[in-house]
Amino acid sequence: MATLEVEALEKRFGGVQAVRGVSFAIRPGEMLALIGPNGAGKSTCFNMLNGQLRPDAGRVRLKGRDITGMAPRRVWRLGVGRTFQITATFGSMTVRENVQMALLSHHRRLMRLWRPVARMDASAADALLARLGMAEQAGRPCGILAYGDLKRVELAIALANDPALLLMDEPTAGMAPQERVGLMALTADIARERGIAVLFTEHDMDVVFSHADRILVLDRGTLIAEGAPAAVRADPRVREVYLGSGNMMSPGQGGH
Amino acid sequence: MRWCGPSGRRADPALLENLVLQALSGLASASSLFLVASGLTVIFGVSRIVNFAHGSLYMLGAYLAWTLVTNLPRGHLGFWGGVLGAALLVGLIGLVVEVLLLRRIYRAPELFQLLATFGVVLIVQDLALLAWGPQDLLGPRAPGLRGSIEILGLRFPLYELFLIGVGPVVLGLLLLLFHRTRWGTLVRAATQDREMVGALGVNQRMLFTSVFFLGSVLAGLGGALQLPRESVNLHMDLSIIAEAFVVVVVGGLGSLSGAALAALLIGELHAFGILVFPKITLVLVFLVMAVVLVVRPHGLLGRPAAAAHGAGAAEPPIGPAPRPLKLAGGAALALALLLPPFAGNYALTVLTDIAIFVLFAASLHLIMGPGGMASFGHAAYFGLGAYGAALAAQWLGASMLGGLVLAPFVAGLFGLLFGWFCVRLSGVYSAMLTLAFAQIAWSVAFQWVELTGGDNGILGVWPDAWAAGKLTYYYLALALCLGSTLLLRRIIHAPFGYALRAQRDSVLRAEAIGIDAFRIRWLGFTLAAAAAGIAGGLFAYGKGSVFPTTMAISRSVDALLMVLLGGVQTLSGPIIGALAFTGLQEQLVRITDLWRLVLGSVIVVLVLFFPQGLAGAARTAWERRHGDT
Amino acid sequence: MLRVTGLSAHYGRAHILDEVALEVAAGEVVVLLGRNGAGKSTTMKAIMGLVPPSAGQVVFDGIPITGRAPFEIARLGLGYVPEERRIFTELTVLENLEVGRRPAPPGMPPWTPARLFALFPSLGAMQDRPGGRMSGGEQQMLTIARTLMGNPRLILLDEPSEGLAPVVVERMAEAIGALKASGLGILLSEQNLHFARGVSDRATIIEKGRIRWSGSIPELLAADAVREQYLSV
Repeated sequence: MATLEVEALEKRFGGVQAVRGVSFAIRPGEMLALIGPNGAGKSTCFNMLNGQLRPDAGRVRLKGRDITGMAPRRVWRLGVGRTFQITATFGSMTVRENVQMALLSHHRRLMRLWRPVARMDASAADALLARLGMAEQAGRPCGILAYGDLKRVELAIALANDPALLLMDEPTAGMAPQERVGLMALTADIARERGIAVLFTEHDMDVVFSHADRILVLDRGTLIAEGAPAAVRADPRVREVYLGSGNMMSPGQGGH
Repeated sequence: MRWCGPSGRRADPALLENLVLQALSGLASASSLFLVASGLTVIFGVSRIVNFAHGSLYMLGAYLAWTLVTNLPRGHLGFWGGVLGAALLVGLIGLVVEVLLLRRIYRAPELFQLLATFGVVLIVQDLALLAWGPQDLLGPRAPGLRGSIEILGLRFPLYELFLIGVGPVVLGLLLLLFHRTRWGTLVRAATQDREMVGALGVNQRMLFTSVFFLGSVLAGLGGALQLPRESVNLHMDLSIIAEAFVVVVVGGLGSLSGAALAALLIGELHAFGILVFPKITLVLVFLVMAVVLVVRPHGLLGRPAAAAHGAGAAEPPIGPAPRPLKLAGGAALALALLLPPFAGNYALTVLTDIAIFVLFAASLHLIMGPGGMASFGHAAYFGLGAYGAALAAQWLGASMLGGLVLAPFVAGLFGLLFGWFCVRLSGVYSAMLTLAFAQIAWSVAFQWVELTGGDNGILGVWPDAWAAGKLTYYYLALALCLGSTLLLRRIIHAPFGYALRAQRDSVLRAEAIGIDAFRIRWLGFTLAAAAAGIAGGLFAYGKGSVFPTTMAISRSVDALLMVLLGGVQTLSGPIIGALAFTGLQEQLVRITDLWRLVLGSVIVVLVLFFPQGLAGAARTAWERRHGDT
Repeated sequence: MLRVTGLSAHYGRAHILDEVALEVAAGEVVVLLGRNGAGKSTTMKAIMGLVPPSAGQVVFDGIPITGRAPFEIARLGLGYVPEERRIFTELTVLENLEVGRRPAPPGMPPWTPARLFALFPSLGAMQDRPGGRMSGGEQQMLTIARTLMGNPRLILLDEPSEGLAPVVVERMAEAIGALKASGLGILLSEQNLHFARGVSDRATIIEKGRIRWSGSIPELLAADAVREQYLSV
């Protein structure tokens, strides 16, 4: 069964139709990229999947269960992890504490008033951070972390819930090229290892074409292409509205 | 009473005519209110500073106008020249305040700026007292507008009619200024991103100063134009600032048209409220504000503010207390335990108060620090605890222990109720709603005489015999306050405290990992209210009586001062702040009549030189010496 | 025209810029290449007076500008286009341009909204639209246009291609080419080498706040080891 099924999603803001009739599905372990020009509706789409926005019409199903319009925190409990375009972490906490918060929430222990956090779920958090290569940073406050490291912390937080689906909004924005490839390779490994479906938006075409199993192209709220990287790259309509002549990408990239 | 309609029309007129006049009178009030509120909202729009001192500028406008008008030759030139001259002088005073004080703290946290302007309020109060004396001053009436005209057979003062015209004219001019001139465009741009405006070649310091000048002129004008209407006195500042805040918040922060609409609403509410609901006039305005904010969380015409650019750095993580702090705390505790048997009665009273205020401040800190919410009305829960205990003693004949157990429950219950509304909003709006509920609680205590004794309070709330001695009661208060404060600290280190900080740091991330931010804030608010209730209950038995002043605005402000003086970012901050503030005020009142001037100056100096509060400054110094992280 | 020597800046005790030196001549495009956090934005902010430098000198057109207020620096003819766009979302396109307007130095034809709409045609079609209702690419065009309204002789252009669709990046490259042709000096910061090499004359590589390499674009393209080490592409 598909991890996520999206059916005829619609959203209007005032007079603007931001998303119209978008349908797609993701299988466990699959890396699916959502690309398109600025303002094409990518973020709107994303925000409807995890409940930050309520769609005007259409259905979102997670492992067969209807989650349309559910609040983000309920969607999370059903197994959807999320990273943000502009990183959102708890700046006044250490890296470890950030992950501990996700674990404590997962185990429904947030309302406890007595036992200090320092003694709860610390080793589980450390194990997760080690998997992401962040073990050495565990004790540092998130407020002073480099941007690329924050992206990794976000990934660790998103994974704390053993999600079935990861939603990553521009996961490598603001990272150096080398870091981008590293992070996406790691994500792909973990996704395959644990059977997590990953949906990501991305502006770096090198990242998209080397890590996506499949690509969706959105323009003015509508899906205009869907398929394997090579086919999407060759699609004339995609070239016209989005990719351009291809001068702005590294030469000779294609699939992996 | 300022809000009573025009006098001299007691001739039993028909109802309709009376209503029309009442409406006109409301319009005149609305007009005056708009002048002050427009200045406040303009200044807030650009500088994001909630300027408490705006009421002081209004008061200075009235005093200066009185001085000018009574000294200048009589006639049109003398009067109108005096009024305009006063407005401009107030503009200059505002300009000086901006250049000397506010300009230096634009990057400081919002509440710190508020604290600084509150320091200015205290300073101006004593300076005005020195310059003009404590007696009310009466000004002359406006030349050419002394008489009244007949409307529907009833007499209506010409001057009121003139005021009705002033508001719309000023609104029109301001809208033109902001939307049709380059200066206005620059100001609106600076409202959003002042640094970027500077990088585009605009001297944004001058721009801010000019905005502050304009806002101050409007406040001064508002005050000066009151001269023919009411006497000039030293209470004008705080009475107008509360109303002006209500108008600005109801209208939507930074929105001129919103302020006009809200001034209209509030002005008419006053005019008719006194006819329809004479019993609850004091709360009516705050009830309306509460309703508006519940329905429209950003006021009538306000919009959610975009996050200020480059806004404050992340707060530091909390950790175990460093050794020197533990040693200092231990030493302080030893003193608090060992010294009192040798202290006199007065000292014991002061020490008991300090213990109570430490808990009061610590409870507010839970909301403000980890919770990231501001409360201008925390005294409500202190007072509700006190009244809970006192009412139980008076009506149920409860023992002291019963009263003390009841206090946190009463306060917590109301915290649960009021908090449900307050924690939905953010920033200044939320803070204003807490103020509204505190005012509602205060006026119920004040006006429900049958239950609470009103202004006479509830007397005879004495401790049980075993705790009647001052020393015993001190130890009881110390034990309960210290225990509760330590409990609050424990909670901050526990998952719930972390969840509070999590939603403060990033609601987006909190919700994305299953944290119900609303519920967390709500419970945090309730816990803080209950803790304040314990403090209030102890306060009631310590004094033997309870008065409405236990939950007055000034007590809420005291708590804010304690937390901010100590420092929001550190757990020891509220404790140090409560010690410093209570000690300082207690001493100042004893040694000088000008304690407001001294306290205000101390606050201003602290804000300028210790923007992280006393505990924050100590920590920075300690970290610098020992090498941080 | 712009000469930076020994420019250092600190954040707390951390060195964020360490003796940065670079030069941009009139009508020249110099690209500052480096990873995220390497110090590109900070270099620009320090030049502009938005970050206080702890040491070093910035001379613009023979005038030392170190330690001056940003608005004074802007008035001397140095324009700044920030990375995060920072347009005034409540103001219309025309009002955004008005905020940037400054008189042109003698002998230079002043930028007008009409001239700018010719350079960025998509902006002309939305003159009265509030900045908040524009797409990212349009906003990026508007930030450049807004800075040009100040009639600068040199602009600092911080990562203009970041987050833009490849098609829009191509249009951006054309606009930068036109500006260079008009005699404007440009200090560009970029991570996108493909974009940078098309529009720049010279490149300077920054890493951990320190200048590691400087040379012409052909030299950079030939220096595989340098690219490998600092740019990882």
